[in-house]
Amino acid sequence: MKDLLLVEAVNDALHVEMERDPTVMVMGEDVGRLGGVFRATAGLQDRFGSDRCVDTPLAEAGILGTAVGLCMAGWKPVCEMQYDAFSYPALDQLINHVGRYRWRTRGKMSFPLVIRMPYGGGVRAPELHDDSPETYYVHAPGVKVAIPSTPADAKGLLAAAIRDPDPVVIFEPKLIYRRARGDVPEGEHLVSLGKARIAREGSDVTIVAYGAMVGVAERAAESLQREASCEVVDLRSLKPLDEDGLLASVAKTGRAIVVQEAPRVCGFAAEVVAVLAEKAIFDLRAPVLRVTGYDVPYPYWQLEDSYVPSEARVVDAVRRVLAA
Amino acid sequence: MSRVLPAEGGLRRVIGDGESLPDGEVEGLGRDELLALYRNLVLLRAYDERSVIYHRQGRIGTYAIFWNHEAMQVGSVFALNDRDWIFPSYRESAIGLLRGIPASTVLSWWRGHPAGWWNPEDYGVASICVPVATHVPHAVGFAWGVRLKGEDRVAIAYFGDGATSEGAFHEAATFAGVMKAPAILFCNNNQWAISTPLSAQTAAATLADKAIGYGMPGVRVDGGDVLAVYEATLEAVERARAGEGPTLIEAVSYRAAPHATADDQSVYIDAERVEQERENECVGRYERYLERLGVLTSADAEEIRSEALAVIREGIAEAEAESPADVSLVFEHAYADPPPGLADDLKDLRRILG
Repeated sequence: MKDLLLVEAVNDALHVEMERDPTVMVMGEDVGRLGGVFRATAGLQDRFGSDRCVDTPLAEAGILGTAVGLCMAGWKPVCEMQYDAFSYPALDQLINHVGRYRWRTRGKMSFPLVIRMPYGGGVRAPELHDDSPETYYVHAPGVKVAIPSTPADAKGLLAAAIRDPDPVVIFEPKLIYRRARGDVPEGEHLVSLGKARIAREGSDVTIVAYGAMVGVAERAAESLQREASCEVVDLRSLKPLDEDGLLASVAKTGRAIVVQEAPRVCGFAAEVVAVLAEKAIFDLRAPVLRVTGYDVPYPYWQLEDSYVPSEARVVDAVRRVLAA
Repeated sequence: MSRVLPAEGGLRRVIGDGESLPDGEVEGLGRDELLALYRNLVLLRAYDERSVIYHRQGRIGTYAIFWNHEAMQVGSVFALNDRDWIFPSYRESAIGLLRGIPASTVLSWWRGHPAGWWNPEDYGVASICVPVATHVPHAVGFAWGVRLKGEDRVAIAYFGDGATSEGAFHEAATFAGVMKAPAILFCNNNQWAISTPLSAQTAAATLADKAIGYGMPGVRVDGGDVLAVYEATLEAVERARAGEGPTLIEAVSYRAAPHATADDQSVYIDAERVEQERENECVGRYERYLERLGVLTSADAEEIRSEALAVIREGIAEAEAESPADVSLVFEHAYADPPPGLADDLKDLRRILG
């Protein structure tokens, strides 16, 4: 075990996987000489050369579009999108090609590419450095999506994504890049996609969260400990979704709230609530509530703490479901 | 690195008009090659003309016509070897016929049957790309990737004049230049993007001029002249193989048929100009060239045409003989390792369908 920050665990995964598989390459804006604006790719160009850790032009659709072609040539590209909202130009490639190309070949060709990007708010940055765009990606058929909340998962999910034959998007919670620290297995470490993690055990309410919201949920659970026993489920992977894990927790607690940073309408929390409505309705003793960002542009950063789901809002939601 | 110059003003041309314009010739093309080019042109022409009829008969769906684009497709593919990859748009839907993809496969594509989707690795022909220009970065990525692996292969991407307005084209060309990708960006400038004329597409004097901004040569060629297209593409392929990077080829022609079977071009196009183009269409031009050269007789031409028609007739018969696709194919192939819900969905659908 090594004690690492979340961003260091990402870096470790890239080193281990590139060492293990010579067809893995990293590409993106400023990922090479600089080592990435968050230093997630630091040291890779020195270790593996500029052909396998490539500073690309500033062109997100070009990064993802050429990555599709690189897959056809036998490479496994790991594309960094510098920030969440900067990835939107690449959605054209993601929706039109990344998620569809395998299907177009009737399963004969694989597109084992990975997109990783820092996402989410709370970092006092200029506009469009704060978005939570996971829903756009989860909604695209053929694409898998995972979001770690701990250093060990950041390493294990990324490594699993790199080895996965399908395209995988990893959203890395930038707020906790250097706040989350923890034990990370050394060398090869994999966390299977599609397996949720019980971050905290409890019996009265299930708080479903992912990414930086897991910490918010844990702190809310902690502050509520005299009133209620809260279970925190860290989804880790949005697609595939660990429905069994989710349903097992709700079967036990009978109450659920779902936390996400993204705007509410059609956000991933809505999918979780729909699953509970379809498959857990008779286990539920209260309405399922969502604690989310609002359906407005991500606010001026002096107001962002009022937008991003807070411990207080999660506590309030838990009290409401307990009172229902 | 070769000097990057603005595109040549005139169009490169080999075939004359049998009158004031003299015929040229291309080094290295003997009688067999010249006839092979002709066979390929006729095959694609037969495919295209029959497809329009099949559409009218309700045997294929909406179809993107490529009549008078055959010289661009045939001439350029002839400059490649079989290890090189082709990235077609819908306008080049049948280009794979030149690589051995059965006519039935491409016809099945237009029939919306799963049998129309092939494995690109079998033929070095990527899937037909529908969203305009979005496949150009794939060709560039492939070319960059094979260069990194030290493989002697190139990629060619086909797109129209409208595609040069798309961001995907710009980003792909930017990457191609920077990565020195052995790629050929082949623009079939037929001067129309559905109803939008080239003059409304760009203020650039020529599309080939755009190449200078990406640090690559731009070449203009007569897109109705199969030999000029071949020669220009061969030069680009040789540059690519020599490690000198990409080339933008602007092959200029004129869309002498509607954009697709669902299009009514009488609303926007100059009928007289179309008539002129139809009289000077690319297969006939090459046929007359070969006749002047004494390489082709009208009897040969007739035989080649019947052979081509037989291939297409067989193709449609095979496509129509495909068994109906199983409903499981709705769910298969999107993932190597599908999310668990899809299996339940299939089970559920089967139960309802009975």
